[in-house]
Amino acid sequence: MLQKPGKKIILLGNEAIVRGALESGVQFVSTYPGTPASEIGNTFFRIDKRAKIYFEFSTNEKVALEAAIGASFSGLKTLVAMKNFGTNVALDALIPFVYTGTKGPTVIISADDPSCHSSAQSEENTRGISYLVHIPILEPSDPQECKDFTKLAFKISEKFKIPVIIRTTTRVAHQRAPVKLSKVTKPGNVIGEFIKDPERFVTMPPRVLEMKKELLKKIEEIKKFSEKSPINQISRGRASVSSKLGVITSGVSYLYVREALKELNLNLPVLKLGFFYPLPEKKIQNFIKKFKKVLIVEELEPYLEKEIERLAKTANPKLQIFGKNLLPEVGELKPEIVTSTIAKFANYKLKIENLLKIENWKLKIPKRFPQLCPGCPYWLVFGAVKKAVDPKKVIFGGDIGCYMLAGLSPHFLQDYLSCMGSSIGIAHGIKKATNPAFAKASAGKQKLITFIGDSTFFHAGIPALINTVFNKSNPLIIVMENQTTAMTGHQPHPGAPLVPNGIKIEEIVKACGVKNLKIIDPINQEEFINAVKEFLEKSEVSVIIATHPCIFVAPKNA
Amino acid sequence: MPKNLEKFNIVIVGTGGQGLITLLQIIAEAALFEGYEVRTSELHGLSQRGGSVEVHIRFGQKIYSPLVSQEKADLILGLEMQEALRGIYFANQKTKFLLNKQIILIPLVKEDKSSSSATESRLRDEGGKEREALFDFAAARVVKNLTETEILKNLKKIGKVILIPAAETCQKEFNTNVVAGIYLISLASFKNLIPLKPNSISRAIKKIIPEKYLELNLKTFKLAKVY
Repeated sequence: MLQKPGKKIILLGNEAIVRGALESGVQFVSTYPGTPASEIGNTFFRIDKRAKIYFEFSTNEKVALEAAIGASFSGLKTLVAMKNFGTNVALDALIPFVYTGTKGPTVIISADDPSCHSSAQSEENTRGISYLVHIPILEPSDPQECKDFTKLAFKISEKFKIPVIIRTTTRVAHQRAPVKLSKVTKPGNVIGEFIKDPERFVTMPPRVLEMKKELLKKIEEIKKFSEKSPINQISRGRASVSSKLGVITSGVSYLYVREALKELNLNLPVLKLGFFYPLPEKKIQNFIKKFKKVLIVEELEPYLEKEIERLAKTANPKLQIFGKNLLPEVGELKPEIVTSTIAKFANYKLKIENLLKIENWKLKIPKRFPQLCPGCPYWLVFGAVKKAVDPKKVIFGGDIGCYMLAGLSPHFLQDYLSCMGSSIGIAHGIKKATNPAFAKASAGKQKLITFIGDSTFFHAGIPALINTVFNKSNPLIIVMENQTTAMTGHQPHPGAPLVPNGIKIEEIVKACGVKNLKIIDPINQEEFINAVKEFLEKSEVSVIIATHPCIFVAPKNA
Repeated sequence: MPKNLEKFNIVIVGTGGQGLITLLQIIAEAALFEGYEVRTSELHGLSQRGGSVEVHIRFGQKIYSPLVSQEKADLILGLEMQEALRGIYFANQKTKFLLNKQIILIPLVKEDKSSSSATESRLRDEGGKEREALFDFAAARVVKNLTETEILKNLKKIGKVILIPAAETCQKEFNTNVVAGIYLISLASFKNLIPLKPNSISRAIKKIIPEKYLELNLKTFKLAKVY
């Protein structure tokens, strides 16, 4: 990752982002792991000492962004990386950061996962937050652009004093391709200095409204920059067809468009948008003004399409706009989908090679679902719970981690699943709703067990636990302490014992006021089963810390 | 660089833990050595814990999409036979299937909460025959793991099938089948099933495989030569 310039090496999109940051002279990096963004943190974790930069795995994405804001306020060049849901967590800190603006240039990586290959809770299109936040968003298509756009994002941030988002998707972040390396810029003096400037760093009315005006003015300036930026590029097609039809696209969809045009031997003009926000509106209007029909190729929600409908009203009111009437709004695009869509759009007869009619084959291949690893301690926890209770009579709360597999065969121990930390928050609501204080003691009394991992507990479980204590409900919370952030690739978290002087979860739980607490290695099945049985009868919240390391965590004394 | 090769599309299918991403990296590096454009696509995260995995590698004169299109694979490398059958989505009549002669049984269990502990121990018992003909809980219909005969019959309806006892050969020779994939891609280069020189593959192995495992992998490469 620190190799010499001039070379062309194969990089993963996420690695190319790291390289782009290093070539920009990044000084401070924070992250919370989440697929498909995890390799950004993993790579920095591996090289931070050699690269002489500051890197941390933060406890959650909001905290990671806040750390980055502090570093930026202190003048450092800063990068913060997260997956889409992490950006939701960080949003509360992000909006005021755009108001105050940056001091040290700051780039935020937000990785979406169309088709939810590695995302449980929703199929999110993070581009939408640009309207809410007023933050510039760039969309690379491939690893080379991951590197180039990261560098450009730092430049934009430096020039306009605003954080910039690079929005990737799985097929960009986890795409490998050769990337041309340039010179790594030495981070230089990584000791920042916070210079007091309340006018700049304090968001409070009435100043906050002035800040909003300044922000909107900034966005107008960045729009001008976007109009001239070569990352919004037009390739002109052949005159014969190009006078009538055009394609507008961005991100990985651009690669499918190019592939399709080559395959169909069509030469349509294509506008590839590197900026999602602010859009180069004049460039778009110039591009569409002579067309009869335009096709917008974008994944998920039709944000571009809606913008282009608006822009066409003045530029070309008769323009026929195609997009989500031909393309799916759910699930990622694939090259074959784009090829058949462009063929339809251009009235081009697609040679049907599909003689095999594969979809009509009645092949019954059983689904191969992911499984807990052989030897995973969660087998022991789920097994013990099943022995302790009748699963039909207990509600099971799920959370984000490998233990989501509780919902699959052979466990079937998951009755709800939402976002990080929510197993506890929702458990409290269910307990309150089903066992209201005014109900008689003999009423319903649905019992509830939640499963939450240690990293997830640190991330967002603690405030919810405090709430169950303060507002008095009685779920049984099983904290699965496997000593690592297993699902995303075994990143460290603040907990003991792997981290020297690490935080002990039992001390947090005790400090929250939880009286029913047991720490049990689930290998001691009988003890675990008895604890589950005992705690389910309690009228106050109970916590079992199921402590046993993930099989990928080296034994402590080995 | 052979000027006539416009593009070559490979899909590798298997199960999580079989080292598909390593194979992808080796082929991509080998293609870069030979001066091709190359793009790949892979998935990370929870879906990789023993579930179905599929990675894409494309190289040639000009490559845009990192994903292979439906029916456009030149080579489907199946590290597990049932997964290879799932790979027919990418096959046409010219597609070659290079298969590891290995079936990793899919645990199919009936949701039976009363005997959960029995189910669990059964699952952990690798060879358990009960796994074979149980219940697909998701589709709520009876399905079974497919047999080698069934898989081959179906694959042969589509493309050319080359069945190699890679796992068995490696197990016999090295006492581990973890290198079965390396054996297959090496064999593919020796038998011209991948338009990349064996020398490029061995160079790429040296570049990608960590020092600790390099000797085993190079031995595997050599073993594939004498197949």
